[in-house]
Amino acid sequence: MEYTILILILPFLSFLILGLADMRMKNGLAGAIGTASLAGVTLLSYLTAFQYFMRGRTAEGVFPTLMPYNFEWLPFTTQLHIDMGIMLDPISVMMLVVISTVSLMVHIYSFGYMKGEKGFQRYYAFLSLFTMSMLGIVVATNIFQMYVFWELVGVSSYLLIGFYYTKKEAIAASKKAFIVTRFADLGFLIGILIYGYYGQTFGFTPNFGPHGELASNTLPALALGLMFIGGAGKSAMFPLHIWLPDAMEGPTPVSALIHAATMVVAGVYLVARMFPLFIGYAPEVLHWIAYIGAFTAFYAASVACVQSDIKRVLAFSTISQIGFMMVALGVCTSTDPHEGGLGYMASLFHLFTHAMFKALLFLGAGCIIHAVHSNEMSAMGGLRKYMPVTHWTFLIACLAISGICPFSGFFSKDEILTACFRFSPAMGWIMTGIAAITAFYMFRLYYGIFWGAEPDRQLPANEGTHTAHTPHEAPLSMTFPLLFLAAVTCVAGFMPFGHLISSDGQSYTIQLDKQVAITSILIAIVSIALATWIYAGKKQPVADRLARTFQRMHTAAYHRFYMDEVWLFVTKKIIFRCISTPIAWWDRHVIDQFFNFTAWSTHAASDEIRDMQSGNVQQYSIWFLAGALLLTLLLLV
Amino acid sequence: MDLIAILHMHAELSLTAVFILMFLLDLFLPTPQRHRLRPMACILLALQLLANLWPEEVIAFGGMYHSTPIASVLKSVLTVGTLLVFLQADTWLQREDTRYKQGEFYLLTLSTLLGMFFMISAGHFLLFFLGLELATVPMACLVTFDKYKGHSAEAGAKFILSALFSSGIFLYGISMIYGTTGTLYFDDIPSRLVGTPLQILALVFFFSGLAFKLSLVPFHLWTADTYQGAPTTVSAYLSVISKGAAAFALMAVLTKVFGPMAGQWSQMLCLVIVTTITIANLFAIRQNNLKRFMAFSSISQAGYILLAVLAGTPQGMASLVYYIIVYIAANLAVFGVINAIEQHTHGQIEREDYNGLYRTNPKLTMVMTLALFSLAGIPPFAGFFSKFFVFMAAFHSGYYLIVFIALVNTIISLYYYLLIVKAMFIQPNEQPIGHFRTTVPMRISLLVCVAGILVLGILSGVYQLLNDMSLL
Repeated sequence: MEYTILILILPFLSFLILGLADMRMKNGLAGAIGTASLAGVTLLSYLTAFQYFMRGRTAEGVFPTLMPYNFEWLPFTTQLHIDMGIMLDPISVMMLVVISTVSLMVHIYSFGYMKGEKGFQRYYAFLSLFTMSMLGIVVATNIFQMYVFWELVGVSSYLLIGFYYTKKEAIAASKKAFIVTRFADLGFLIGILIYGYYGQTFGFTPNFGPHGELASNTLPALALGLMFIGGAGKSAMFPLHIWLPDAMEGPTPVSALIHAATMVVAGVYLVARMFPLFIGYAPEVLHWIAYIGAFTAFYAASVACVQSDIKRVLAFSTISQIGFMMVALGVCTSTDPHEGGLGYMASLFHLFTHAMFKALLFLGAGCIIHAVHSNEMSAMGGLRKYMPVTHWTFLIACLAISGICPFSGFFSKDEILTACFRFSPAMGWIMTGIAAITAFYMFRLYYGIFWGAEPDRQLPANEGTHTAHTPHEAPLSMTFPLLFLAAVTCVAGFMPFGHLISSDGQSYTIQLDKQVAITSILIAIVSIALATWIYAGKKQPVADRLARTFQRMHTAAYHRFYMDEVWLFVTKKIIFRCISTPIAWWDRHVIDQFFNFTAWSTHAASDEIRDMQSGNVQQYSIWFLAGALLLTLLLLV
Repeated sequence: MDLIAILHMHAELSLTAVFILMFLLDLFLPTPQRHRLRPMACILLALQLLANLWPEEVIAFGGMYHSTPIASVLKSVLTVGTLLVFLQADTWLQREDTRYKQGEFYLLTLSTLLGMFFMISAGHFLLFFLGLELATVPMACLVTFDKYKGHSAEAGAKFILSALFSSGIFLYGISMIYGTTGTLYFDDIPSRLVGTPLQILALVFFFSGLAFKLSLVPFHLWTADTYQGAPTTVSAYLSVISKGAAAFALMAVLTKVFGPMAGQWSQMLCLVIVTTITIANLFAIRQNNLKRFMAFSSISQAGYILLAVLAGTPQGMASLVYYIIVYIAANLAVFGVINAIEQHTHGQIEREDYNGLYRTNPKLTMVMTLALFSLAGIPPFAGFFSKFFVFMAAFHSGYYLIVFIALVNTIISLYYYLLIVKAMFIQPNEQPIGHFRTTVPMRISLLVCVAGILVLGILSGVYQLLNDMSLL
């Protein structure tokens, strides 16, 4: 399967071409090149997936791990070296499909959404770079290669979020995203170094001592825990989630790409990739991941209930769903799917389905924003009449994320809940409750956009530039991705996911746990009904009364429980004032002065010896001879 | 005597063939066809490269000639470097006062290259000396190539007088070796070296002879005057090719022949390295003439190369060759830019002339900046890795203090390299050098250099390959 190298090369080439040509290229051509290369990647990914799963299993009943390419890049010792290559195993192949599909949809969608924007070419160049880096993460043959592409994802997401670089909020958001994830990556890097040093490899099968002496040590657990911090940063786990809501300042298709299918699930992928090690060396770290995931899921869901900016609602819902995936991984206790390893499959299944329906939601939100020129829910309402395609696809996605049968989200969420119940009933009930909140806020969003009172459209929405007009359906380039993703969302749940991916690689047949399934559907329906009761009408007396009664809580949740303020306090008041200021003083007065002194003494010395270079050949010869004799003298004495 | 052995000396034989062909072309090519000399020289040299593509171990004439795989790699590297110099010489050799003798330029350069080849793979001091002389005497003619112009004649005189002096001392050293050991074969000498005072004197005299070529302090004083006076192309050639060959030969002889006296020569090298790097840096700071500046820069670079010699290990040998490759790329890029600007403006080579160059010639400025960054050893350019490997080699052999002093000196060198970058980018200038396009050969050579600077560091395989070869 040597052609897999093209999956990385194509987007990179497209990045180079678009990036170098930049404004000299026509918009349409730039978009066409970017999209064509991505279409190529998508086809190749499908081909890879098809061939890979059709090759069949080995004698042990697992799909083999293939490495079509792997070359040694930086050798340190005979054992420890950094490689670059391509690795194919069930999860990397699955991720290839997810990333390329969503990215292709975003590429097509952007034709319509970004039409006429300044920097269209740059936009497509960055998209290509981002896709390339993300694909690089999933096919990495070792943790270090993963880290290299991981950082590339960080850089390219920075570029994409800050795409509107004349907008102050966008600049701040891109910086925030970069710094927060970079801060988390520090943990990742330290983890990698510990892992490499003690495990004597950067590969995924370490060697902790000849008889595993170090395995019983806390070192592997420490390394894996630190790596998870990196994953938590990218996957926006509490309290490192603060960058994600702000990152909505980027163009909406970018949000669909970054915050649905790719960058934010990198952390989940990382944990899944290191899963055998977590089980083997650090099961307790895995449980901590579960607790963090559960708390994040709850926190984000509660914040999502009161946001009024539709992209922010989706952002928090993403954080919450990523929390679900982390929980599913965290509740695993063994690699056997029948004995507590179910969560692994459930998590990746949810990753797959969530990528599709969340991309659909974001792209749908993009259509809506495109139509009403605002992110605020107050500017929407009653849009179902004007935008039928967007309305129906959005509804499908909402049903899927709420876990209604037969949409894809139902199946994957059901597996997650089953895994949680097997871990402990408490965890199961907590996650079921969060799932109920999910259904509630998603339908609050849905009713707020498509039902309810229409705002007064006679007022100009944006002074001068956009005259008020009735909203209309988006062009085909934007609705096609919606329809495609909606179709996937409808059928993806029926795919035999357990046959392809499971924690021990053996084929696993998904059985719906009837009890869990019925409970979760019932609870979801109740939540939806509740949301309908509160939000579907033209006037919303219940909602207003609730907000008044619990005003404190409402305000706190609206301000995301002041997490940003906490971080600001920690950085500005504590770190800057108590640590940075003294260091700055030391730097300015001691370090700088030392170098000033060096410079001064160098110049002085230089002045002293200038006579040596007199220009007289006779004198040169004397120096020559003197030097030779001096050296002789030195050696003889 | 087995005369067939001569056939095994691919590199030297093919280079001689190129030389003879060029000689015949120069003699018999009619005047209207003479512009064909330039492409012919480049093509022939490229073909010669093919003859030397497969590195192998060759011993001929009873050990008089001994070529190792790593030596043939270096020969290829030097040939590529010479090819780049030929490309850069293009504009200069089209001038009215040089055009009629351009054949001589190629012939003289090729014969110095041949001398270096012999020097690199000598197995006997006599052959070594002949190679050294062959590499030196035609060089003096090259330095005076612009003999009616500027300081070229003065530079040539200073070069040849200093060279004669150093050759005399070198020969004296060899005679002492013969006197104390009774042989000049490299293979036989080590067993008879015991470190008597006379042998120490021989070692120092031998070393001074090569130190002259490498321009180490205090044998370096000719360098600045010669570089400044010589045509820029010749300075470039002197600074990289000649220096690379001498460094390799020095390391080969010190480890192979003077192995038993390693205690003595490492002591000597330590002193010379520290003084070379430091004094060259101190002088480089005050230079405004870019060619003089590059002279001192190349002296300090030679000091860094010596760190690899000091290590005296196979790792040192690999890092030495790697350093030479990277150094050739970076230094030839700098000299190429200096050359292009000098030819375009008829002689502007002061640092002030470069003020504001970025506005008018952004591409040349970028090339120059990259090359200077590489020389200063800023990651991720190749120069960083070459310095890193050299330091590692010396570090592994236990010379911590020397490595530390060298590291401090890289900071000083950063200052003066950045002075030029600052001049080009930041210093305002009312009348910067106007925009111009360089010739195609020059652009090719600069492109190759830039590729080398950017790629050599990232491709770890290059160093790995050299390391494997020098282990043999």
